[in-house]
Amino acid sequence: MSPVIQEFIADYGELLVQGTWDTLVMTTVSTLIAYVIGVPVGVLLTISAPQALWPHRVLHTVLGWIVNIGRSIPFIILLVALIPLTRLITGTSLGVQGAIVPLVVSAAPFVARMVEQSLAEVDGGLIEASQSFGAGLWQIVTKVLLFESLPSLIRGAAITFINLFGYSAMAGTVGAGGLGDIAIRYGYQRYQYDVMVVSVVLCVILVQIFQSIGNVVARRIDHHSR
Amino acid sequence: MIQFDHLHKSYGEGPDAHEVLHDINLDIRDGEVFGILGSSGAGKSTLVRCINLLERPTKGRVLIDGNDVTNATGAELARLRSSIGMIFQDFNLFQQRTVLRNITFPLELHHVPAAQRKARAERLLDLVGLSDYADRYPSQLSGGQQQRVAIARALANNPSIMLCDEATSALDSTTTVQILDLLRRINRDMNVTMVVITHSLAVARNICDRIAMIDGGRIVEEGETETLFDNPKSDILKALIASANAQNHRGGDGHDAANAADGSAATDGSKEVR
Repeated sequence: MSPVIQEFIADYGELLVQGTWDTLVMTTVSTLIAYVIGVPVGVLLTISAPQALWPHRVLHTVLGWIVNIGRSIPFIILLVALIPLTRLITGTSLGVQGAIVPLVVSAAPFVARMVEQSLAEVDGGLIEASQSFGAGLWQIVTKVLLFESLPSLIRGAAITFINLFGYSAMAGTVGAGGLGDIAIRYGYQRYQYDVMVVSVVLCVILVQIFQSIGNVVARRIDHHSR
Repeated sequence: MIQFDHLHKSYGEGPDAHEVLHDINLDIRDGEVFGILGSSGAGKSTLVRCINLLERPTKGRVLIDGNDVTNATGAELARLRSSIGMIFQDFNLFQQRTVLRNITFPLELHHVPAAQRKARAERLLDLVGLSDYADRYPSQLSGGQQQRVAIARALANNPSIMLCDEATSALDSTTTVQILDLLRRINRDMNVTMVVITHSLAVARNICDRIAMIDGGRIVEEGETETLFDNPKSDILKALIASANAQNHRGGDGHDAANAADGSAATDGSKEVR
């Protein structure tokens, strides 16, 4: 190994490993929490629509508004505006913990729409068939809607994860840590372009890996005829 | 016995209301194959869906074995539906479930223990001649095989009634004959009352004991299949028969093959019904 690379690793290796780890933790944890919130909301949006399984105009409209508002606020604004809420929940607005709250708030409405989209792809004939066998609402939601759209849900999860990966870099600007933070602090503020390039390359590699994992898993479990 | 008593069905309310079924009175006897014949938009599907209440009548009553089920909800509705199997034009199989797990689906809904579910599904797969296909997915099957799986699934709860909504309309003529043959054997051997919706004269003639001809939401005539075809009274049925005959003279094809092959032996490899 050339001495230049050895020196670079000695100087920044630990920093970059820590940054990668922080990015992965931020992204994974906030994706998971965003799904815990977004799946029920997406299901409610789907079944409460007019002509759907459980039509409920008020609920449908209110949820739609909340989701749209959540999605229309620019992330960089959320990041700052939510600092008091973040402090309340996690005790700090800094570091990995501080980034998770705004990431979740920004991703959950997006997840709700992705879930709604996936569930809409389920053939209405399947719902009618399950009703004809006496399936109740809860059984249709779990055994038909969510189960039949699983491949599509997984593709959506890969997209969400990668979106949050990008957002977590923005969270870096307010002290969240992670690869984005490193790229900005070292590259933009200190002109250490080598560090910036390496952290960006790490981002590219990680995104490729996660998109591929999403694709492979979705293809494996997808039994729809195409 | 399934009875429709002055049944009406409209969509919408007030001046915008659109009536799709008008004053339907009909008795479907136990153990018969009853055909509901009509062109698209005549109201056949809506009428049949009033039996398992996928559609709610606007007025009138539906009686099954003398019980008024028109307003059934909750557990009563679930019980009613589990005693009525249904198959569809597009099969409506769950794409993400194997053949076996499609058939166990209705049993899962009613919390039948897993071992029992599997045993029942395997017996039904044997019945429809698809024992080797338990672990396949629907996308790996032909149309005829998919409809067989759907038939097995509809029989899972041991229903006394089976509703067939254009069950052979997506199939070629040879497969149509095989599926009709299977339905006929299920009707005879398991004593399942069949209600068959079709737009095809050939299908109606092939399988139905009695037929009601429906047009514009009204029953225009009903009777024994033979009688009806030999001596049609309504203009619409006369016209349909005339056009079918004209097609035959031109060497017509399609569903009339089902007619030509009427009475042919089972060629599909499916086993005797127990």
